[in-house]
Amino acid sequence: MSEQEKQQEKGSCGCGGCGCEQKAKAAATAGVTPAPRRGFMLKLGVGLLGIGGAITALPIVGYLIGPATKRYSNLWVELGELSIFPHGATRFATFLNPIRQPTDGDSAKTACWVRCIDATHFQVFAINCAHLGCPVRWFEQSKLFMCPCHGGVYYQDGTRAAGPPPRGLFEYVWKIEGGKLLIDAGRLPGLEEST
Amino acid sequence: MSFLTSALLSSSKATMQWIEERTGVVAFAKPLLFHHVPRNAKWWYVFGSATLMFFTIQLVTGVCLATVYAPSAAQAWESLNYIDKEVPMGWMLRALHGWSSNAMVVMMAIHMLQVFLHASYKYPRELNWITGVFLLLTTLALAFTGQVMRWDQDAYWGLGIGAAIADRIPLVGDQVRALLLGGPIIGGETLNRFFALHVFILPGAALGLVGLHMMLIIKNGISEMPKPGAIVVPSTYREGFEERMKTEGVPFVPEAVQRDMVFCGVCLIALVALAAFYGPFGPGGMPDPTLINTNPRPDYPFMWLFGAVSLLPPASETAIMLIAPGVGVLVLIAVPFLSNSGERAPSKRPAMVLVALVTVMAIAALTWEGMTSPWSPVMDGWSALPTPAKFTHGRTPLEMQGAVVFQFAQCRNCHSLDGLGGKRGPELDDVASRLSYDQLVRQVQQGGGNMPAYGKNLDSAQTAAVVAFLATLHPSNEPDAKIPGAQLPPPPGSANAH
Repeated sequence: MSEQEKQQEKGSCGCGGCGCEQKAKAAATAGVTPAPRRGFMLKLGVGLLGIGGAITALPIVGYLIGPATKRYSNLWVELGELSIFPHGATRFATFLNPIRQPTDGDSAKTACWVRCIDATHFQVFAINCAHLGCPVRWFEQSKLFMCPCHGGVYYQDGTRAAGPPPRGLFEYVWKIEGGKLLIDAGRLPGLEEST
Repeated sequence: MSFLTSALLSSSKATMQWIEERTGVVAFAKPLLFHHVPRNAKWWYVFGSATLMFFTIQLVTGVCLATVYAPSAAQAWESLNYIDKEVPMGWMLRALHGWSSNAMVVMMAIHMLQVFLHASYKYPRELNWITGVFLLLTTLALAFTGQVMRWDQDAYWGLGIGAAIADRIPLVGDQVRALLLGGPIIGGETLNRFFALHVFILPGAALGLVGLHMMLIIKNGISEMPKPGAIVVPSTYREGFEERMKTEGVPFVPEAVQRDMVFCGVCLIALVALAAFYGPFGPGGMPDPTLINTNPRPDYPFMWLFGAVSLLPPASETAIMLIAPGVGVLVLIAVPFLSNSGERAPSKRPAMVLVALVTVMAIAALTWEGMTSPWSPVMDGWSALPTPAKFTHGRTPLEMQGAVVFQFAQCRNCHSLDGLGGKRGPELDDVASRLSYDQLVRQVQQGGGNMPAYGKNLDSAQTAAVVAFLATLHPSNEPDAKIPGAQLPPPPGSANAH
C-alpha cells in the first residue's frame, strides 16, 4: 500500500475520525482529489481576503477623501478696524485663512478687496476672478477691477463689466463687531456660491 | 599570459553559467536584444527610444532633486532657491529636469505623429497605440504636477485655475475641488498631494506602462516602413510579418540600436547644452497669495490649452472645458478601432495626413496665441507706456487733457497706440476714421463689444476731453468719420480717394 493510499484510507484530512471520511473514500474510489474540501478552502480564502482587503481599504479611502467630506462655516476673521476703510474707497485687505495646516507657510494668507460704501455698508470681494480664479486688481482711477489672465473686468460694485466671466465677483459675508470688520472666510469662493 | 587570459575567460564563463542557470537572464534578454526588425526602418524609429531616454533622465534627476527638495508648502520655494544657489550643481540638476521634461513631451509627440502617419497602430499593434496614449496622459500629468512642485506664483494660480474648472462640474464640483486641493483652500496638503502624485503614483504608472509598451513591441515586432499596396490583412498579417522578419529583417542589436544610440547621443548633448545655457525654470515669484501683481502663465506643454480655453466663447466654455478633454482621450483611444487594416502608406491615406497636419498646426497656433496672449490686458499699460509723440503734436489743451485721461482711465491696458498697449481691444491709431464724434461718446459712455461702460466712472469733462483726443486719431489723408455712411470707402475719382 503506497503512502497516498494510506492517507486516503485514513481520510483526506488525516484525522481519521471526522465526518469527511466517507466522502473522501468515495472520492478516492472515483479516482479524483476530494473536490468539496478544496472548494471550501478557496471560498474561505476569497471571503477572508475580501473582508481583510475591505477593512484595510476603508481607512485608506477615508484618509484620501476626508478633505471632500469636511464642512466649514461661520469661521469669522478680522480684516481690521473700520477706520482703515475710508468711505467710498476700495482697499486691499489680507487675512490668515482660518482653515490652515502647520505646513501652509505663506499660502495660508489670503487677499480680498474691501469696498466701504458708508459706515454701515460694505462689500468684500474675493480676490479671484469669477472666470478662472486669477487675482483681480483694482484701478481707482477708472473704478474697475481687471483680471490679468483673460481680461475679465468688473465695476466697483463687483458686477461684471466685460470679458469672459460668467458673473460678478464673489463676495464674502461680512459683519461689524466692536468697531472691526469681520468676514466669514475659509474657502476659495466658487461658482455655486450666491452673492 | 595567454594562460592567464584563458583562465580568466573560463572562470568568467563559469560565473556567467552559474548566474544564468539560476536566473535565466540571458535567455530572457536574448530576444529583447536580438529580435529582428525591418531593414528599411532607418531613422524613422528613433523617437520612441529618445522619449525613453528622457524619461530615464527624469527618474535619475528627479530622485536626486528629492534628496534636497522640501515637499512642504512652507519650505518648497525656499528649498528650490537653495538647490539653485547653494547646492553644488543643484541649478544644473533642476535645469536638466526641467528641459528634459519638455524634451520628453516633444519627443513623445513626434513619436506619436510618426506612428500615426505610418499607421503603425493597425493590426496587431492596436494595444501598442493604446498603451502609448496612456503614457502620453501620464507624461502630461507628470508635467502638470511638476509645475506644481515649483510652488511659485504660477504654480499657485495655476492650481487656482484648476480649482475653478473643477468647481464648474455640476453637483460634485465642490467635492472634486476639495479632493484636488486636499482641503477647501490651496495650502500645505495641496502641495503634498501633488508631490505624492508626482514622485510615487505617476512615475510608478509610467514605469508599468513603459514595461507593457515594450512587451508589446517584442511580441508584435516593430512595424515595417509603409509601402503603398502593402495592405494589412489581420488574418494573414502575423504569419507574413514573421516570415519577412526571418528572411529580410536585421537584428535590433546592433543594426537598429546604433541609430538609436546616435540620435540619443545628439539629444543628450543638446539637452545638456540647453540646460547649461538657459538654466533651470524658475522658481518664479514667491507663493504668497497676497502678492497679486502677478501674471500667471502655464508651462510650455499646456500653452496650447491655455490658448484654447482663452479663445472659447464664454457661453459654451464650461461645457467644452469639462467635456472636450474626455472626448479627446476617447478619440485617441479609438484611432486603431476606426481602422485597423488596409493601407498604411501616407500617400494612400490623405485624409489622415490632413488630420495630422491640422492637429499640428492647431496646437502650434494655439501655443503661439498662448505665448502672446493678446486677450490679456497689459496691466501696467496705463502707467508705464509713453504717449506716442506723433499723437501729441499740434493738439489743443483739451485734446492733451484727453490724452492724459486716456492714460489714467486705464484705456491703454486694453488699447494700443502706435503698437504699444493692450491688444484686447482694437488699436486706436485711426479710431476717428472708423467712429464719428457721437459714436465715440457713445462707446466711451456705454461700452459694449467687450468694453466696460465708462459713463459712471468718468465725469462729463473727462469724457469730453478723452473723446476730443480720440477724435484726432486718424491718418492725415483720411477724413474723420462723420456718420455711419462715412465708413464706406469714398466714391472712385473723389478728391479723397487714395
